[in-house]
Amino acid sequence: MLGKLTWQAIPFDQPIALAAGAFVVLVLVGAVIWVAVKGYIPYLWREWITSVDHKRIGIMYCLLAAVMLVRGFIDALMMRSQQALAFHGAGYLPPEHYNQIFSAHGTIMIFFMAMPFVIGLMNFAMPLQLGVRDVAFPTLNSVSFWLTAAGALLVNLSLAVGEFARTGWLPYPPLSELTYSPGVGVDYYLWAIQISGIGTLMTGINMVTTVLKIRAPGMNYMRMPIFCWTTLASNLVIVAAFPILTATLAMLLLDRYVGFHFFTNEAGGNAMMFQNLIWAWGHPEVYILVLPAFGIFSEVVATFSGKPLFDRRSMIVATLGICILSLCVWLHHFFTMGAGGDVNAVFGIASMIIAVPTGVKIYNWLFTMYGGRVRFSSAMLWSIGFMVTFVIGGMTGVLLASPAADFVLHNSVFLVAHFHNVIIGGVVFGVFAGYTYWFPKAFGFVLDERLGKAAFWCWLVGFYVTFVPLYVVGLEGMTRRMQRFDRPEWYPWMLVAELGALIILSGIALQVAQLWVSIRGRAQRRDLTGDPWDGRSLEWSTTSPPPEFNFAVLPNVMSDEPYWSIKQQARALRQLVTPEPEYEAIEMPRNSATGFVTAFFAVVTGFSLIWHIWWLVILGLLGAYVTFVVFAWRDHTEHEIPAAEVARIDRANRAARAEALHEEPVR
Amino acid sequence: MSEHSDYEAGSYVGGDREPGRPEERTLAQEVRGYLLGLGLATLLTIASFWADQTREIYASGIAMALLVLAVAQIGIHLIFFLHITTDPDNENNILALAFGVLIVSLIVFGSLWVMLHLNHNLMPMDKLMQMQR
Amino acid sequence: MSAPALRLSANPAFAPAGIAPGQVSGHGAGGPAPKRIIVGYGFWIFLLSDVIMFSAFFAAYAVLFKSTAGGPAAHELFDLRNTAAQTAFLLASTFTCGMASLAVGHRNQKWTQVALLVTGLLGFAFVVLEIREFTGFVARGAGPSRSAFLSSFFTLVGCHGLHVSVALLWLGTMMAQFYAKGFRQDIRHRFLCFSLFWHALDIVWVAIFNLVYLVGSLPPELLP
Repeated sequence: MLGKLTWQAIPFDQPIALAAGAFVVLVLVGAVIWVAVKGYIPYLWREWITSVDHKRIGIMYCLLAAVMLVRGFIDALMMRSQQALAFHGAGYLPPEHYNQIFSAHGTIMIFFMAMPFVIGLMNFAMPLQLGVRDVAFPTLNSVSFWLTAAGALLVNLSLAVGEFARTGWLPYPPLSELTYSPGVGVDYYLWAIQISGIGTLMTGINMVTTVLKIRAPGMNYMRMPIFCWTTLASNLVIVAAFPILTATLAMLLLDRYVGFHFFTNEAGGNAMMFQNLIWAWGHPEVYILVLPAFGIFSEVVATFSGKPLFDRRSMIVATLGICILSLCVWLHHFFTMGAGGDVNAVFGIASMIIAVPTGVKIYNWLFTMYGGRVRFSSAMLWSIGFMVTFVIGGMTGVLLASPAADFVLHNSVFLVAHFHNVIIGGVVFGVFAGYTYWFPKAFGFVLDERLGKAAFWCWLVGFYVTFVPLYVVGLEGMTRRMQRFDRPEWYPWMLVAELGALIILSGIALQVAQLWVSIRGRAQRRDLTGDPWDGRSLEWSTTSPPPEFNFAVLPNVMSDEPYWSIKQQARALRQLVTPEPEYEAIEMPRNSATGFVTAFFAVVTGFSLIWHIWWLVILGLLGAYVTFVVFAWRDHTEHEIPAAEVARIDRANRAARAEALHEEPVR
Repeated sequence: MSEHSDYEAGSYVGGDREPGRPEERTLAQEVRGYLLGLGLATLLTIASFWADQTREIYASGIAMALLVLAVAQIGIHLIFFLHITTDPDNENNILALAFGVLIVSLIVFGSLWVMLHLNHNLMPMDKLMQMQR
Repeated sequence: MSAPALRLSANPAFAPAGIAPGQVSGHGAGGPAPKRIIVGYGFWIFLLSDVIMFSAFFAAYAVLFKSTAGGPAAHELFDLRNTAAQTAFLLASTFTCGMASLAVGHRNQKWTQVALLVTGLLGFAFVVLEIREFTGFVARGAGPSRSAFLSSFFTLVGCHGLHVSVALLWLGTMMAQFYAKGFRQDIRHRFLCFSLFWHALDIVWVAIFNLVYLVGSLPPELLP
């Protein structure tokens, strides 16, 4: 009746897992109860859960990512602590548990922290930068978010009910086959990723269509902000790569559920093919993550240097070059699997070539800063920290791209240090810069700068203190994912790494404090004009936060920094230069519960597939189908915002800006 | 009946023209287009089956011939059924198609190249079994 | 063809720079594209992603083609008459789907329903033949768990068959929607997506019957 699900699924015999599971359940249930008791549910349902507004969806993505960052970081702290304690001892985590922790750490950080964060920022800012009202398919956007959240929920459920995969964040067969992983852990992983993968693919389709087909009048390709170019490139890679992930994990699922032989040891299966296919997705995935970060840095560096971005054309070419090249290098993840010198050489050279367009970008950012009036706000600090850190990480990457070196360093902690170097230095610093940069636009008040800078320094110092020891110990031969070790030379380095993790923890604590302090003091930190940073692109022409329809009238774009040129003209004349438009009623898409309900059925289906509750699987699929039909049967898909309302909002914006122009010191 | 007078959500307007607008062609012309596509596709299908069964094509080239015929028939489908044109609005579709061809080639031929080399360097299965005993 | 009325202000500050109303630019600089183009392009990109997914299954099939584990190989199994029948049904259904598009374009309810019904029946016949083939293989001990080759065959071809089955479900829903709500714009857009999907499935089948069935039924000496 309930498939494999019994009371034994709850980890009563493992105190740490039990405590963690209980904590997660308590937090979730407690949050829901608190919200219900306070009467926030109608507001949340109406304004957030059923919203199809790209701004709201973007914020929810970032919120999911922030929560998952904490969850993933706790896993990291546990790993660091275990390795700091486990010299000639067992540490405090038995191997079966430790293996789940490093698998969960990687899975959560990549799929449920980094991806949602960059997708959230792209969702929020890209339509505003393009001067349009929303993405191409707003309801699909909502579905994408809720499916991602469904995947995150499933992974976290594994804490309380069952177990997680012990295979690492990519479940290599034969270990991930049923013979060697008979439990539900790998199934949790597979279904969570398949479900959220559909959401991500839908986002890819949505954003490619938006960038190519929906832009303000006059915005040709050369006038598009670089962040929108990187959004395009990143989402093209999503469309190219995620189907491979879906197919490959489907093959593993067929092996596990129906006895197929894609990757098994028997009957002709080929375990090596899993690595080939999964990395054909896996390498593009990291570029999906880093390309939007590059775009954020382009925006931030230009704004805080007070100069246009240096050489937009080469930036665009470099972005597209990285997009295509990222699909051509995947074998460097398994040089040691034995494809031979010729194959290894081709992919090794390709991997080194991909550093070139990245280098072009670094030089362009540097030249943007050169000769500009640089303001060292926290967003700019994240950018400078990125430039130094990512370059170092990229260099270790080029080092690893040499097959000869990789034969020594493959799967050592040198590799671990390298990819954390580029992911933290590139993606994490990027999303933190974007978060700081666009926070006022989203919420109408600025984050506390002092705490932001303190958090940056903790992250920067903490990163190096954590991962430089891993570079050293990796060169000395330490393998990754070790539950314990017995080489005395490594021990002090493990302690230093533990210290670094604690410094990063302080950074996170400071960021939480920053949010708390900023929210409490938001009345004093209001962004009254909508342009707190003296920005250059179109999102800064709206109020903070922008109205539902973003722009009262779609702006006419005549240059590649449309807002900046109008602003400079206005400053010279000390008055607004665009005349008041003729306001008309605007039709916006209606809210829809489709996303949330689809995700609900996805969770039901996923959970029952994991536990082999077949009748519930059928119900879940049926529910999802009915949801689609109900959505398709809607007669009223839009609501109208009356012209008077549009006029009121826009006139307030114009008045605030006119006032700011009067009050500006004479230049 | 014109699509263009329909106002879209969120004030979306624009001057883009749809590829192959039906209003520009008569029903007879359209049906003829589909029939031509059906006919050509049928011919190519028959050609494929013939190439497979007969030995008139150089033996080792049959597989390549089938690949070429498949690509040709896919082209017929794209032109006659999916209405790929050289209309400026269709440019992005063609670019997407080219991108897709690139990715598919990378995946299929890339995987084959890599996996064949890997298998080549593996110990043959019978020797492996011998070692197990 | 009359130019579409631009809904922007007559104020020159908000008129598109250098582009006359209705002028084709093709580069998106005339403002957001019409809904039909947006929907069509979005679905085109989805089809791209679906084809890429099929290519991953194709790659696995190609790699595992020779891994028969002592079991039946392709040339011993495939019945080309069945393949020919399936191909005929699917190709015919692509044609009738095109006819349905024309009927929708001319807002003719009767012919829309007839053409869609015929399309559906042909598609259903295709699926029936495929299920028969699969059950036949399983009965002969050539099921998907017999060898890696068979696993990859069943997955690749079965995935296509699953797509066709889901499309049939979609087809039924479209017939119901046209019948209940007429030729409303959003339903026509949805049908545009459906017909793109149906044609794309025939394209994938072209690849399958050529590269899986026809190549597979060649005697092994003739294979590269």
